[in-house]
Amino acid sequence: MLVDEKIAIEHGLKSDEYKKICKLLKRVPNITELGIFSAMWNEHCSYKSSRIHLKKLHTKGKKVIQGPGENAGVIDIEDGDAIVFKIESHNHPSFIEPYQGAATGVGGIMRDVFTMGARPIANLNSIHFGSSQNKKTKNLLRGVVHGIGGYGNCMGVPTIAGQTSFDSSYNGNILVNAMTLGLVKKNKIFYSKAAGLNKPVIYVGSKTGRDGIHGASMASASFDDKIEEKKPTVQVGDPFTEKLLLEACLELMAGDSIIAIQDMGAAGLTSSSIEMASKGNLGIEINLNKVPCRETKMTPYEIMLSESQERMLIVLENGKEDQAKKIFDKWGLDFAVIGKTTNTKNIELFFDKKSVAKIPVNTLVENSPMYDRKWKKSKLPKKNKINKTEFNNFKIKDVLKKILSNPNICSKDWIWEQYDHTVMGDTIQKPGGDSGVVRVHGTEKAVAATVDSSAVYCWAHPITGGKQIVCETWRNLISVGARPIAITNCLNFGSPENEENMGEFVECVQGISEACKYLDYPVVSGNVSFYNQTKDVGIKPTPTIGGVGLLRNYKNMITMSFKDIGNQVLLIGKTEGHIDQSLFARVILDEKKGPPPEVNLFNEKNNGETLLNLIEKNYIRSAHDISLGGMLTAISKMCIKGNKGIKLKKPKYLISEIEYFFGEDQGRYLIEVNPKDLKEVINILNKNSVHYDEIGTIIENDIEINQKTKVTIDELRSYNKSWLKKYMA
Amino acid sequence: MKSSVITFPGSNCDRDMDVALTKFGFKNKMVWHDDQELPKSDLIVLPGGFSYGDYLRCGSMASKSKIMHSVINFAKSGGLVMGICNGFQILVEAGLVPGVLLRNKYLQFICKNVHVKVDNKENTFFKNLDKQVLEFHIAHNEGNYFCTNDQLKEIEDNNQIAIYYCDQNGNTNDQINPNGSIKNIAGIFNKEKNVLGMMPHPERMIDESLSGEDGSIFFKNLLNNIK
Repeated sequence: MLVDEKIAIEHGLKSDEYKKICKLLKRVPNITELGIFSAMWNEHCSYKSSRIHLKKLHTKGKKVIQGPGENAGVIDIEDGDAIVFKIESHNHPSFIEPYQGAATGVGGIMRDVFTMGARPIANLNSIHFGSSQNKKTKNLLRGVVHGIGGYGNCMGVPTIAGQTSFDSSYNGNILVNAMTLGLVKKNKIFYSKAAGLNKPVIYVGSKTGRDGIHGASMASASFDDKIEEKKPTVQVGDPFTEKLLLEACLELMAGDSIIAIQDMGAAGLTSSSIEMASKGNLGIEINLNKVPCRETKMTPYEIMLSESQERMLIVLENGKEDQAKKIFDKWGLDFAVIGKTTNTKNIELFFDKKSVAKIPVNTLVENSPMYDRKWKKSKLPKKNKINKTEFNNFKIKDVLKKILSNPNICSKDWIWEQYDHTVMGDTIQKPGGDSGVVRVHGTEKAVAATVDSSAVYCWAHPITGGKQIVCETWRNLISVGARPIAITNCLNFGSPENEENMGEFVECVQGISEACKYLDYPVVSGNVSFYNQTKDVGIKPTPTIGGVGLLRNYKNMITMSFKDIGNQVLLIGKTEGHIDQSLFARVILDEKKGPPPEVNLFNEKNNGETLLNLIEKNYIRSAHDISLGGMLTAISKMCIKGNKGIKLKKPKYLISEIEYFFGEDQGRYLIEVNPKDLKEVINILNKNSVHYDEIGTIIENDIEINQKTKVTIDELRSYNKSWLKKYMA
Repeated sequence: MKSSVITFPGSNCDRDMDVALTKFGFKNKMVWHDDQELPKSDLIVLPGGFSYGDYLRCGSMASKSKIMHSVINFAKSGGLVMGICNGFQILVEAGLVPGVLLRNKYLQFICKNVHVKVDNKENTFFKNLDKQVLEFHIAHNEGNYFCTNDQLKEIEDNNQIAIYYCDQNGNTNDQINPNGSIKNIAGIFNKEKNVLGMMPHPERMIDESLSGEDGSIFFKNLLNNIK
């Protein structure tokens, strides 16, 4: 087939991008080459709209072993151990086919982690659905949860934490972000940089099929006759094969035969081979007849663009082929020498003894397009003038009931009970807490991980929103007693070609970067997902942040459940009663205007570090950060989990009870302290200039809010637990 | 005491079981499914996981593995065999314990703590156990035990029901049944009581930082009974 501009555009390339390809090659590409360019130059692989902004992220730190640019980021957790982690989106496939879309998202991110030599030890996910009223939501939720569980459970990796939200902006474009943490010895990390000439290039794992060919934009009629069996663009996952691939790879990695390894994710064999060659500044030669195929008569084009799952590409040391093959034979996986490294700096493909593609590697990578898209600056919205006298008409108990049973607050046990969260025998904090915590097997250490996003705040003011999410993950880690180390981010936005959406992206990245820098909490990995939109309307900007922290001794871990009657509860951080953009404003008042709560990085850092200090001194019995829904929501959760009540003191602020209880001021935590430690705790808080309030005492059974209002824990629990189960029944 | 844990392709609780057995004093060996011979063992464990991806039917392909000939012979000659979760499914498929395991009643994977009542202590697995109700952990998609009425009568007549799902006070009823299993059955013996299949994972309950410690009670007691 002859290639022309029309076919290039059908591949999702722009007219000037096609011209650039012709110029770089000094000729017209053939169809296989065009396919390769379109795969490498699409937004997903090339980051062409985001690259110049991502450079501004804070990515360096003392604990960073590997920052962005590899399969996943790596951080040092001492004693020669390291954690490999990353988050990735699988939004579009999950909307088309929720089970397989979500499952392969989980499979893909686990592969990114074990490609680097790490055994996955924990999975997390952040999933966002349309309004609960939307008729698609229920099935999408059910399918996504089944898919995540189906893959992770079979792999035997615990799913330890997550986040689920509902918002009508996701009605036509749900978000499925999956995160994995793996454990590796610092001196046994594997990278994707090829090195050395004439080294064998090995294909292992599943066979290549026609699934997932060119997910980006292959809806062209002219290819229908080429691809006899048109399969959906969504890949089909096989967690069983991935489990075998994991064990086989780790077995091979225990030796010293691997030079470089790269999983075949998006754009399959194309991007994996080109990335290895590019990083090593080498060429690569592949004989496509050697690629194990699932179906007959697959063309070079199909083989290069297939996104079949559970495949890896390895550059081996010479002479190690037989030894490696034995391992893959044992696990019943395909193993084929498909090519070699060369000094040509070209990627060269052969099929039926003919050269079918020859492209200089640098044209695909360094010369890929990079755009400085137009973007619109946002303004901090003016404060919303809400008539606060009305607040006196609300009964606190009624508001609390509505908030605790709100889809975005209610208990998500219907979801996480479908995930195996205890396999591997090291999960010491299950889903439902501030962070999931797993022990580093066989040591006293534990790793905490959390995932969060605040689309409403980001939508109201992207810079503040970006900062806020970073801070929220930081607080989530501190609340379990972990020292925050680094983050991974999944940047879900609308179209980069829309100035407003692009502005949201640029400013969220700015906010994330500022917070990361201030907190010394760098970004080590991540991905960007643009074009999350229905027709021309983008989703609310939803950067998702996954935070990872370390507990030196797992026995010092903190949970949020109230522990003992008679203990005092303190609120760390200042309560101003910020109602704009709060859940109260949106759900109870139906007010959507105004700025999000301000993020004060100095206070975040100071409050967090002081609390960590208190935890390490063993003064804290339980802790929980205050976020969506405000203080009373947070207190309720601590009561429900601990099956205890609290007698609250009268607030000493000049704000209404509504603002006091449901305002969403940032940088705040609730902590439980034994009366015998109270003096010393207050001492330390004062010494560090941390604002605190003594807000109540733990009692049995009820929350006593004021003289008029009392709620039993059983009532609270029924508000909180029933919504999702009823909705999904 | 010597134990062996079989690793099938797709097993994923094999390491956890190894950790638990070793912690409580067993000398444990990992055995590959494709081996012919079992090492000398006082106890064989078929661990949880998704052997062969649970394709065809859970446990069916693993039950035809090479090593299973030896496991079946070992069981038939009176050796102790325990199958946990997927291991239980393999035992059922191998015909070492009666009945079948269907998909959970609500068609969902379920991972949570449950209570089980130990009914029969006249066997090596539960003899001398000083608790009637244990808190265990389940994580499965196909744990809905089912058998024919005739089989059930036979099982009951022979006291083959090992453990029932119950509440914390030992009451068994439909509400407390997590997966719809007949008679709340969570675990079952063969006629001779030297083979035990159960859905719960005692190996996930072996220290205070985990979901609970009743697994420790189970393993310590088991070791003492074998000694």
